Amino acid sequence: MRKRIALLLALVMVFALAFSSVAHADDLITVGIVNNPPSESGYREANVKDFESVFSKENGYDAKFSYSLKNDEQLSAARTFITDGVDYLLISAAETTGWDAVLKDAQDAGVSVFLFDRMIDCDPELFEAAVVSDMAQEGETAVNWLLAQKLDEYNVIHIQGAMGSDAQLGRTGALDEQFEAGTMKKVVQQTATWDEAEAKKITESVINSGEPFNVIYAENDGMAKGAVAALDEAGITHGVGKDVIVMGFDCNKWALRELLAGNWNYDGQCSPFQAQVISDMIQTLEDGGEIEGLNDAKQIISVEKGFDASEITEEDIDTYGLGE
Amino acid sequence: MQEDTVLTMRGICKSFPGVRALANVDFTLRRGTIHALMGENGAGKSTLIKVLTGVYPMDEGEIRIDGIDGTINIRSPQEAQNYGISTVYQEITLCPNLTVAENMFIGRTQKKSVDWKTMEKRAGELLENLGIPARPKQQLGSCSLAVQQMVAIARAVDTDCKVLILDEPTSSLDDNEVSMLFGLMRELKTRGVGIIFVTHFLEQVYEVSDYITVLRNGELVGEFTVKDLPQVQLVATMIGRDLDSLSSMKKGKASALPTDSSVYEAEGLSSTESRPFDFHIAKGEVNGFTGLLGSGRSESVRAIFGADPVTGGKVKMNGKNVKISKPLDAMKHGIGYLPEDRKRDGIIADLSVRENIILALQVIKGMTHPFSRAKAEAIADEYIRTLAIKTASSDTPIKSLSGGNQQKVILARWLLTHPQYLILDEPTRGIDVGTKTEIQKLVLQLAEEGMSITFISSEIEEMLRTCSRLIVMRDRNIVGELKDEELTQERVMHTIAGGGE
Amino acid sequence: MKKTKTSQFFSNNSQLLIPLIAILLLIVFNLIRDPEFFSVGITTNNRGDAVLQGNLVSILNGASELVILSMGMTLVTAASGGQDISVGALAAIAGSVFVKVLKGGPAITGTSVFLAFLACCVVAMIFGCFNGSLVAFFNIQPMIATLILFTCGRSIAYWINGGATPTITSPIISAIGSFIPGIPVPTPILIVIVMGILFALLFRFTSLGLYIQSVGINQGAARLNGINAVGIKLLSFILLGACCAVAGMIGVSRLGLINHETILINIEMDAILAVAIGGNNLGGGKFKMLGSVLGAYAIQALTITLYAMKVPSTDVKAYKAVVIIILVALGSPVVKDTMSRFSKKIKSRSGTVGKEAA
Repeated sequence: MRKRIALLLALVMVFALAFSSVAHADDLITVGIVNNPPSESGYREANVKDFESVFSKENGYDAKFSYSLKNDEQLSAARTFITDGVDYLLISAAETTGWDAVLKDAQDAGVSVFLFDRMIDCDPELFEAAVVSDMAQEGETAVNWLLAQKLDEYNVIHIQGAMGSDAQLGRTGALDEQFEAGTMKKVVQQTATWDEAEAKKITESVINSGEPFNVIYAENDGMAKGAVAALDEAGITHGVGKDVIVMGFDCNKWALRELLAGNWNYDGQCSPFQAQVISDMIQTLEDGGEIEGLNDAKQIISVEKGFDASEITEEDIDTYGLGE
Repeated sequence: MQEDTVLTMRGICKSFPGVRALANVDFTLRRGTIHALMGENGAGKSTLIKVLTGVYPMDEGEIRIDGIDGTINIRSPQEAQNYGISTVYQEITLCPNLTVAENMFIGRTQKKSVDWKTMEKRAGELLENLGIPARPKQQLGSCSLAVQQMVAIARAVDTDCKVLILDEPTSSLDDNEVSMLFGLMRELKTRGVGIIFVTHFLEQVYEVSDYITVLRNGELVGEFTVKDLPQVQLVATMIGRDLDSLSSMKKGKASALPTDSSVYEAEGLSSTESRPFDFHIAKGEVNGFTGLLGSGRSESVRAIFGADPVTGGKVKMNGKNVKISKPLDAMKHGIGYLPEDRKRDGIIADLSVRENIILALQVIKGMTHPFSRAKAEAIADEYIRTLAIKTASSDTPIKSLSGGNQQKVILARWLLTHPQYLILDEPTRGIDVGTKTEIQKLVLQLAEEGMSITFISSEIEEMLRTCSRLIVMRDRNIVGELKDEELTQERVMHTIAGGGE
Repeated sequence: MKKTKTSQFFSNNSQLLIPLIAILLLIVFNLIRDPEFFSVGITTNNRGDAVLQGNLVSILNGASELVILSMGMTLVTAASGGQDISVGALAAIAGSVFVKVLKGGPAITGTSVFLAFLACCVVAMIFGCFNGSLVAFFNIQPMIATLILFTCGRSIAYWINGGATPTITSPIISAIGSFIPGIPVPTPILIVIVMGILFALLFRFTSLGLYIQSVGINQGAARLNGINAVGIKLLSFILLGACCAVAGMIGVSRLGLINHETILINIEMDAILAVAIGGNNLGGGKFKMLGSVLGAYAIQALTITLYAMKVPSTDVKAYKAVVIIILVALGSPVVKDTMSRFSKKIKSRSGTVGKEAA
């Protein structure tokens, strides 16, 4: 038993050595990137891919990556990067709090910090800029599109993501305004915590109650797919020119294909592509320039689209679609 | 209430669904006496104790205690404690990882803060006073069982205790420890505590008790002074019949003549728990391992059955080499083993009597050949009848049976497998005299029918009665073998003590 | 007093009372709220098949994965005296394997689906075996042992396919996840029935139940009766692994997609709860699988009821918690004791009244 444990330890150490001995190249810009692991979601996967391809040796970067869902692990990774003497530190934080000390250290060590995808609660002086999505903006784009459909009445099944998450709050906000204003009727508003199967159950329960509805507003593609499965089983038509309008978010490739086929009506983008924007800003700094175009909170909002089934093209799917 | 009585119980009745556990029972405990409460299993001893300690509410009757006018109504163990009735059970209910002093005072302080210094001092005085060989700061778990028992008693009497109930306090103690415990009981006696002593060991009753109350089938047979009730008479009173059957048994063993053909033969057998030893048993033979607790007698038979991992040795059954490394091997070769600790190793508490009976045979048959429900019921009913197991039905969970009846179920389990060789480790421990006799008779009867049996008991009397050959162990080694005219109590004692050769 | 057949049935199956009462209360509550709640209708789905529809169908259908997992969880609980908290993660792994095999093949046919199911079964059983070995050989507390897979299982599921939400589309997959053309009953319900029959046969034609209970109640004694306690524990985890594979397959087939992060999320807690509501002792030993199954349906009925009542999203969990506290408290020994004492009192009182009248 003891021998086996020893062997295991030895193996672990060999791996650790192998991974840590990545060679330094002096003429490259060193970047430490703290992110969530690609397994978190399709969004994150695309996000990770984006950063790994932009911050490559070919583009003049020596990048180190650290992936964790846990704030404390992210914090210690950031510290390690600072001690390693990186030039830039890029962070997508797991939690919004607890970062002040580390960011201070970075500032003292002369490391410039960029935030992406997620904001941190701290003094804006502590970072150069943040490239983020505006989830509320996404919701507004979607709701405006829905209003532009000029339906006689709006009876909406609203399927929410995990309560309290940024995406849920943003995407719910715009719709809630319509519910309150009375322009749209809330048939049901329920959370499926991003779970496709749960979304199906929620839709089923509305169908079973016999209440009329003509819009499904699901806060991600998976839940929209779940809702659609319930419609299919109940013999309710959906999509372009059909009984029920289906709306999703995230722009997975398979979801955009549903749009192209006319089964769904709308898909809102949540752009995971922030790397190029940050790279451009780093180049500006390296050239001695000033970063421009920031808002009061030192943010740059990613440009995000909403796709309409009647306008989407194969090219859009290839450009903006996530996953396979 | 008379001057010297501390407790009177009058006309106590208690029924459970379908059973009358106590019918109009009287009991009187006098100050400064030790009063043995005797009876077979199911006689109502434990029910009476539980009524007295507030575990069960009584249906009818009245209880009076010294110092309180009128009858009292005990509704919980806590109330019993407040009335000055303390109980020490067979199983130690203290915390082994706390110190002796902590165990004596925990849960008893009224104050929010605890003054450990004073507490340790008081514990030390109490221990010294009572002559208990333990230090207050010692971890309880590091004391011997007897000392732990005594600490539990010290804890019980330190509260203002008028009545101390000792429920089977000696069953896991060796002779030395028993006499230590008795010393303590006598000490408490002189302090005026009334002690109710529940035990199965007759000799012990006569060693310390002043009075004996005998119950049978939930009824009071009578109260006697120890002088007036000789041991033989006591047994007769308890089981309600003459002792002829018991004494006639002794002749039984002569007919079970060992032949040369060994059913089981081991050479240099050893397990992780036992040293290598040689052993054999013939068809129809009843032999036994004897020795003090810890001498290795149980470990040896466990090695035979493969209960502990076997580390070496050669085993032959009926002359053929066989390999027995785990219980299933032994069972497949026709060996049965009734373990020493019924509760820990024997019964499957929550399962029914039926399931407990068929278990071993079912395992031998294999998982893919289950008994049908009807077949299992038929088997169970048959054994319940032949062994006279007292149970409401074969569906009753075994845990709700009395100790003796549980033991009979385990016995039935092994008889059902029709073993050629049956090992019974302490089959009579903690069960009533009636069942003890039945089991001994059964052993002799089975041997007569050709079964080989190894019988282990702490009571040498029992072994002398049943075994035709005794293997004596000391310090985990076999130190002697006695048979025929050597089988006397003195000789066995002598061999155990070390003057054998 | 002679026991009648029915009263004997109830005394033997008294543990089923709690889940039955729970289901009954939910039924009554819903009928009062909406008399039409349980009406089952027939509609034509978008493929043109006639299918059953209604809340009852939704409950039975939606509970399928939970029911299957709670069957396996019952066995693990009984044998090991602990719970496997990695079933959701393991189902995600199994589902990912299922998808991986189907995506690897040229076209989705009956054979390839069968092979994919076999593959995910084997993988899930190997993982079950891993959990089981930690528990059986190393004597690690089941919750701790399965915490490992609970933590990393969904990452493993991610590695299997790489992509976040790989999709598969095929009439065969939708036949597994929703309806077989021509059969109006949702297929997951049929799969549950098949699983139920398989377990019933397993207990009928082997003495596994006796073995598991013996090991769960008293491992030492079981061993001395020749039962391979380690093997039995291992077996219970492997069977649970198989249940995870079936649940994972259903979960994937419902929508033809797997999201490793959300598929059957938090279902381990519901499965453990189902076992508890079913009156099974979470400390192991005696068990009734039917109890767990009823418990699972009760949980699902509760969820659907809350959806139908349009309880605000933020409050769903709180409502669920309240009902569950009541159910679990009702099943606790303290309440049971009080209830039985109370009923005895009533009986004895009516008994004396009877005597007086006579």
